Amino acid sequence: MDFMTLLQVLESTIRLATPLLLACLAGLYSERAGIFDIGLEGKMLVAAFFSAAVAYQTGSVWLGLLAGIASSMALAAIHGLASITFRGNQLISGVAINFLAAGMTVLVAQDWFQQGGRTPSLIGGARFEPITLPFTEALADVPVLGPIYGGLISSHTILVYVAFAAVPLTWWILYRTRFGLRLRAVGENPESVDTAGVSVVGLRYAAVAIAGLLCGIAGAYLATALQAGFVKDMTAGRGFIALAALIFAKWRPWYALWATLLFGLLQAISIRFQNIPVGDFVIPVQFMEALPYILTIIILAGFVGKAIPPRAGGEPYVKER
Amino acid sequence: MEKMPGWADAVLVPLISLLLAAILSAGVILAIGENPVTAFKLMVDGALMRSAGWGYTLYYTTNFIFTGLAVAVAFHARLFNIGGEGQAMLGGLGVALACLYIPWPHWSLALIGASLGGAVFGALWALVPAWLQAKRGSHIVITTIMFNYIAYSVLGYLLVNVLRPVGSMDPATPKFPETTHLPSFRDMFSTADTILFRGAPANVSFFLALIACVFVWLLIWRTRLGYEIRAFGHSETGANYAGISGVKITVIAMLISGALAGLMAVNTTQGEAERLILNSTEGAGFIGIAVALMGRNHPLGVFIAALLFGFLYQGGAELALWTTIPRELIVVIQALVILFTGALDNMVRMPLEKLFLALRRKEAS
Amino acid sequence: MEGQTETGRQATAAPSPEPAIELRGISKAFGPVQANKNISIRVMPGTIHGIIGENGAGKSTLMSILYGFYKADAGEIFISGRKTEIPDSLAAIRAGIGMVFQHFKLVQNFTVLENIILGAEDGALLKPSISKARKELRALANEYGLNVDPDAVVEELGVGMQQRVEILKALYRQAQILILDEPTGVLTPAEADQLFRILDRLRAEGKTIILITHKLREIMEITDTVSVMRRGEMTATVKTAETDPEHLAELMVGRKVLLQVEKAPARPGAQVLEIEGLSVTDDEGVERLKDISLSVRAGEVLGIAGVAGNGQSELLEVLGGMRAGRGKVRMNGQEIDLAIKYSDGKGRRARGIGHVPEDRQREGLIMDFTAWENMVFGYHDDAEYQSNRFLMDNAGIARIAQDKMDRFDVRPPNPRLLAKNFSGGNQQKIVVAREIERGPDLLLVGQPTRGVDIGAIEFIHKQIIGLRDAGKAVLLVSVELDEIMSLSDRIAVMFDGQIMGEGPADSANQIGLGCLMAGMGGADTQAMDGWRISEAAAPETPAQEG
Repeated sequence: MDFMTLLQVLESTIRLATPLLLACLAGLYSERAGIFDIGLEGKMLVAAFFSAAVAYQTGSVWLGLLAGIASSMALAAIHGLASITFRGNQLISGVAINFLAAGMTVLVAQDWFQQGGRTPSLIGGARFEPITLPFTEALADVPVLGPIYGGLISSHTILVYVAFAAVPLTWWILYRTRFGLRLRAVGENPESVDTAGVSVVGLRYAAVAIAGLLCGIAGAYLATALQAGFVKDMTAGRGFIALAALIFAKWRPWYALWATLLFGLLQAISIRFQNIPVGDFVIPVQFMEALPYILTIIILAGFVGKAIPPRAGGEPYVKER
Repeated sequence: MEKMPGWADAVLVPLISLLLAAILSAGVILAIGENPVTAFKLMVDGALMRSAGWGYTLYYTTNFIFTGLAVAVAFHARLFNIGGEGQAMLGGLGVALACLYIPWPHWSLALIGASLGGAVFGALWALVPAWLQAKRGSHIVITTIMFNYIAYSVLGYLLVNVLRPVGSMDPATPKFPETTHLPSFRDMFSTADTILFRGAPANVSFFLALIACVFVWLLIWRTRLGYEIRAFGHSETGANYAGISGVKITVIAMLISGALAGLMAVNTTQGEAERLILNSTEGAGFIGIAVALMGRNHPLGVFIAALLFGFLYQGGAELALWTTIPRELIVVIQALVILFTGALDNMVRMPLEKLFLALRRKEAS
Repeated sequence: MEGQTETGRQATAAPSPEPAIELRGISKAFGPVQANKNISIRVMPGTIHGIIGENGAGKSTLMSILYGFYKADAGEIFISGRKTEIPDSLAAIRAGIGMVFQHFKLVQNFTVLENIILGAEDGALLKPSISKARKELRALANEYGLNVDPDAVVEELGVGMQQRVEILKALYRQAQILILDEPTGVLTPAEADQLFRILDRLRAEGKTIILITHKLREIMEITDTVSVMRRGEMTATVKTAETDPEHLAELMVGRKVLLQVEKAPARPGAQVLEIEGLSVTDDEGVERLKDISLSVRAGEVLGIAGVAGNGQSELLEVLGGMRAGRGKVRMNGQEIDLAIKYSDGKGRRARGIGHVPEDRQREGLIMDFTAWENMVFGYHDDAEYQSNRFLMDNAGIARIAQDKMDRFDVRPPNPRLLAKNFSGGNQQKIVVAREIERGPDLLLVGQPTRGVDIGAIEFIHKQIIGLRDAGKAVLLVSVELDEIMSLSDRIAVMFDGQIMGEGPADSANQIGLGCLMAGMGGADTQAMDGWRISEAAAPETPAQEG
């Protein structure tokens, strides 16, 4: 594999890892607060659709982004209602949200655009354009460093930088702020938060809302930056890969970055190479596709570095007997 | 003291949930500029008023009975099996191998063989998540989701690289031999004068699904194993006291669950397509979740809920044919049913419980 | 009835005309259970007020209401004379109330400092709060002798230390009123002494303390005034100096219906259960049973006395097949395999061991099963309950269940009702009926009357004695010393996973047993004839450390 190919694969790794990372951090906020979220997929999907639809109608990708975030947060609100207020089963709620998104997006897309459940292609200001960072020109001729800077670090859309900036920000919020302390506490032992005079319900809603926000950005990125428009089921299981990455990352922000980069790399490789010959043996593309899931299973099995989820995860908080 | 009579819990709660889902769905139809009443009539016409419509409705019902029972059996052991889809895919592989590589003399024997194949492959696909849950505490919801995707990759690989006939571009197996073809409803119920179920895919495996309902009912409520599955599902500590092995129950319940999901493939693969294609499950594994929730994990409830969803599926197809409403409306309805009967269960239940308490107090005074 | 508290012993605090806390007419029901009935209480500032009562008397509920954890159905709360609404814990904290729950409300993987500032941070960022708390903590440590490593992770601290963190949490929030719910239940005697010294200093600083306990000794030792609760009601409030333990005990249990079980002298027969060198290590690697040896004969009741959490539960669980152990256990002369892969409840039942577990709601019954299903729970594999090779004989089981429910006077006598819809006493009767009616050679009984009403207690005690008189062996574990003394023929006392002493029930006395339960030997135990006292029992009170 030559240098340029490597660079291309890595560049596409970053682009593919971005939605995974955003969704993974979304899950991190939610699950750290004790709310399981298998509805990441659905929230991304509605955000993808509404961002593309609104961006197409208005010609403004920023309005699209807002619409995407709003729609994702609406689903997050349903999840909060079911799992916090009504103490329902968080997993079932997540399943319902995924289906709601899968159905609604196509239904509305068909109604608005009559193109078989897709939006028209986005052009111009309706899409996020790559940003060229300073010095790209100046460094372009420097061997190795030039292409690395220009191709790998520079010339991504703003949302990519947002996603990567969200990692240190999340770490900071989680470990350096009052909100983060309370968030981590409520996922470990909600009673301790309640008896300390802090609202368990409020904290959990806040966490779920942040999850909605981040999934909204992730979805908008898919439809208005990675691709140019919405197509049916375009998240294609990314919500679940993000969930896998979250487990892989043991619910920690920096690990989440590495996990999503790894899974992004696997996706990039399987897109670039299809079947990979290794000596006489050929690694089929399907194996590369399944690898994130297989790796997660291995982690979940606890054979390498057991992942311990937040202790109060998945359980509704019931105070009164 | 009971808060609410058992019948209200079993019948009223799902019924109200369904009503809420229906009202919201009607709202959705209105919002996209169609008339819900007309739409409903179209659905009824298409799904129930002609024998061919019934033939489709019952075909879908058969799928949903199997996947609904699969979810229900696991639920009784407090295991949430989201892996019905993957187990059904692998079940398809089992059915296909049984049909392709064993020379069956007659369809009835092929049915037994293929059922075994589907059940065994489905069960095996559930075995790893079950074992990991039982022995390593790996969350079965996550592992079964992962196994759905892995199943898709495995099947994709096998269909593209191994089972695909030479020269075909389709990722699918060759057609199954003639002797394995199951009698369709048309073959079974048409007379010389009247042809019934014309062109419909419903076939003899519908009766297999009914047998499965009875089997699950007996298993859960009449056998020692069912007693232990329910006891474990209600209380792990209680099961430990009584000497019921959690490992054993988790594995067995998931094996039965996977086998039931795998059996679905008899209907789709042997009964309808007569070859194995990549996407033969069409999300039926997930609909099983809605069916089990709505049917309150009882085989009779599952049967009724499966029938309802069969009707919705066929009716939805009709809608897509005659109106601008796409088939995805059904996915929305399915989502709403899961939401109301599963996640927002308390929203429906709490006011009902209050109502019954108030009624009782009135009676008392 | 009206509480007639007056200012108690007030060492330093200036006499105040207003009580620090006053509750008026507090009532609270959980479903059909009335946990608190019209309770009124006045506590003066700078005093320690004890609330005493048996398990389930409603003490914890009352304090949870005061802390805003539960909402009262009726009644008013006054803090320093001002009517105060306490809808949630925040309001309680603002009113200057701090609470140390029986089950600590700490975040296990947080440090001590993080736990202390949680909910009482000074700003959006943690750093200033942490350094302020670190300083404050040092001051509190000096003032009250509450030394804790501020950077230790809570799950690595012992229970005594964790309790200190809880107290510090309250003090950090400027609590003037401190409620402690059964604080010594989990402590060693030395730790309990330390706690009392801390409480003493807090009182000297003018704090008001409410101490909830069911231990008379603690009340007499440290409180100024004491209220007695029984079955959800406040039966009396008196000055501690003007009362004595006997009187309080009487108030606590009501009329002298006390636990006199009619029984003939035991006629012990052959050895049924022999335990030699039994040890148990739990999942955390803590040794819960340390080399225990015991035996039970046919026709006798062996009572295991001890403070909760000293290995009695583990002993029952090992014998009942619910967890693995090391050592030798012989049942009717045949050795039992203790290294179980999973629960061996079925195997033990087949050997003739019946088991009334300590926690009937989590173990003995499936609360969502009907009474008839529960009547065969654990025996559901037996041939007599099957109609053929595949199916259970549900109708037959229901018939048998109906019959047992009638004979054990389970009310309502409806086998189709779910277990959770019966009262505690009737639930226990279902378990006891199931286990005793099988005529086991050995019956393991854990806390048979916990949360059970008086009528049912008497009935259950008669059944246990009846089984003994039928020539069966009974191993009884109870934290109620009275129960142990009135039912047992022989008594063994457990402390810290070991047997402290063992001997005939006739010659045992309360004080001597109490000493052994605290891990002490001493004169009172020497006075008990025929008792073998373990060397592990320290001859005098254990050495006290700072």
